[in-house]
Amino acid sequence: MGFEVILKGKNIFRLLAGLGVALKISLISVLISLLLGIIIGILMAMNRPVINVVTGIYLEVVRIMPQMVLLFIVYFGATKALGLHISAEASAVIVFSFWGTAEMADLVRGALVSIPTIQYESSLALGFHMIQIYVYIIIPQIIRRLIPLSINLITRMIKTTSLVMMIGIVEVLKVGQQIIEANRKSSPDAAFGVFATILLLYFLVCWPISCLAKHLEKKWEN
Amino acid sequence: MDFEVIYTYLPYYAEAFLLTIKIGWIGIVISFVLGIVAAFIQHFKIPFFNVLVKGYVEFFRNTPLLVQLFFLYFGLPKIGIMISAQVCGAVGLGLLGGSYMAESIRSGLDAVPPSQSESAYALGMKRSLIFKEVILPQAVSISVPGIVANIIFLLKETSVFSAISLMDLMFTAKDLIGLYYNTTECLFMLVVAYCIMLLPVSFMGSIVEKKSRMKIFGGKRGI
Repeated sequence: MGFEVILKGKNIFRLLAGLGVALKISLISVLISLLLGIIIGILMAMNRPVINVVTGIYLEVVRIMPQMVLLFIVYFGATKALGLHISAEASAVIVFSFWGTAEMADLVRGALVSIPTIQYESSLALGFHMIQIYVYIIIPQIIRRLIPLSINLITRMIKTTSLVMMIGIVEVLKVGQQIIEANRKSSPDAAFGVFATILLLYFLVCWPISCLAKHLEKKWEN
Repeated sequence: MDFEVIYTYLPYYAEAFLLTIKIGWIGIVISFVLGIVAAFIQHFKIPFFNVLVKGYVEFFRNTPLLVQLFFLYFGLPKIGIMISAQVCGAVGLGLLGGSYMAESIRSGLDAVPPSQSESAYALGMKRSLIFKEVILPQAVSISVPGIVANIIFLLKETSVFSAISLMDLMFTAKDLIGLYYNTTECLFMLVVAYCIMLLPVSFMGSIVEKKSRMKIFGGKRGI
């Protein structure tokens, strides 16, 4: 059924290296998204009209534009319209960070808003100053809510990076296609085995992360 | 921006737009049916099927649609199952969406506290009546935001169809860019097309979400 191709030569290592490329892009994007998302999320929670309008438009753009369209705009559109050449990897990181930042910002805003005002007021009444309120009271609660959700963002980022093959980055799917092409004569059924293996690889990467997120969510529920 | 170019391309985009919407919504209907069945099996813990559904949901939620489509479209024919690109797109989207819908619907069903069905039982209501009148309306209201988000997510995911050479919006844009090199116009039309497709859904979604919130027990205070 085409599984023998996987074990032939260095094929399995090539697939894993391809997966590594996808994971690297998603990890860099996640780190950028976390950082920027926290900053923008805090800005959004301040509830200032100008910021609200700008971030509202930003969130809506991310909400309705497919990541693939954004990838094409940055990779092909920017080259044509602005005349600057952005490498495929860089445009992937730009697009996924743009998307992830919006998601993260929304999560941070939600977490901040969910803390009742009474907590700020009570701590002020107890004589805490603003920095102490955040360090000892607000942030510990927010982190518990945010960590499971941001872990979920990581799995979504990893799944979305499979799109980068469409702008010519050689990642696990592209490597899979190359292996199928190379073994067209010797094992014509390779497509089944190779794509099944790639599905399994993605599952093996994302599933434990999802389980961890679920576990933490349950553990910190109250 | 050359508007003559846009005018020339319009028919191609219109055709692709209709195809994308058609397959997208067929996929969403499939995912809805699958999701409801899967959610009920999980909620009522029907033996054997319960495990099966859990495996299905976990597998499809943790793999990318692009890889699923490649497997369905290029992999399955090797073991004798041939499907056309359109069927493959709709089925792939339906299977992926089913796992997301199942989670949203199940979380809605599970979120209704058991004390409510117990109270209704104590008041002498039949099991079927309790489900219909007490559990379901609340579960639906709780599920709605998740379902709306899933529909938008699935409509966005249709952009992946171009990889299995389905003539959708993405494919048309890529094709026209490759042929005539009018990148700016093609991408602009692509963005506009997705806005036309998704803005109404996003807008309607927020209205439905607001309306459904009223049906939750003590819902006006928000949940």
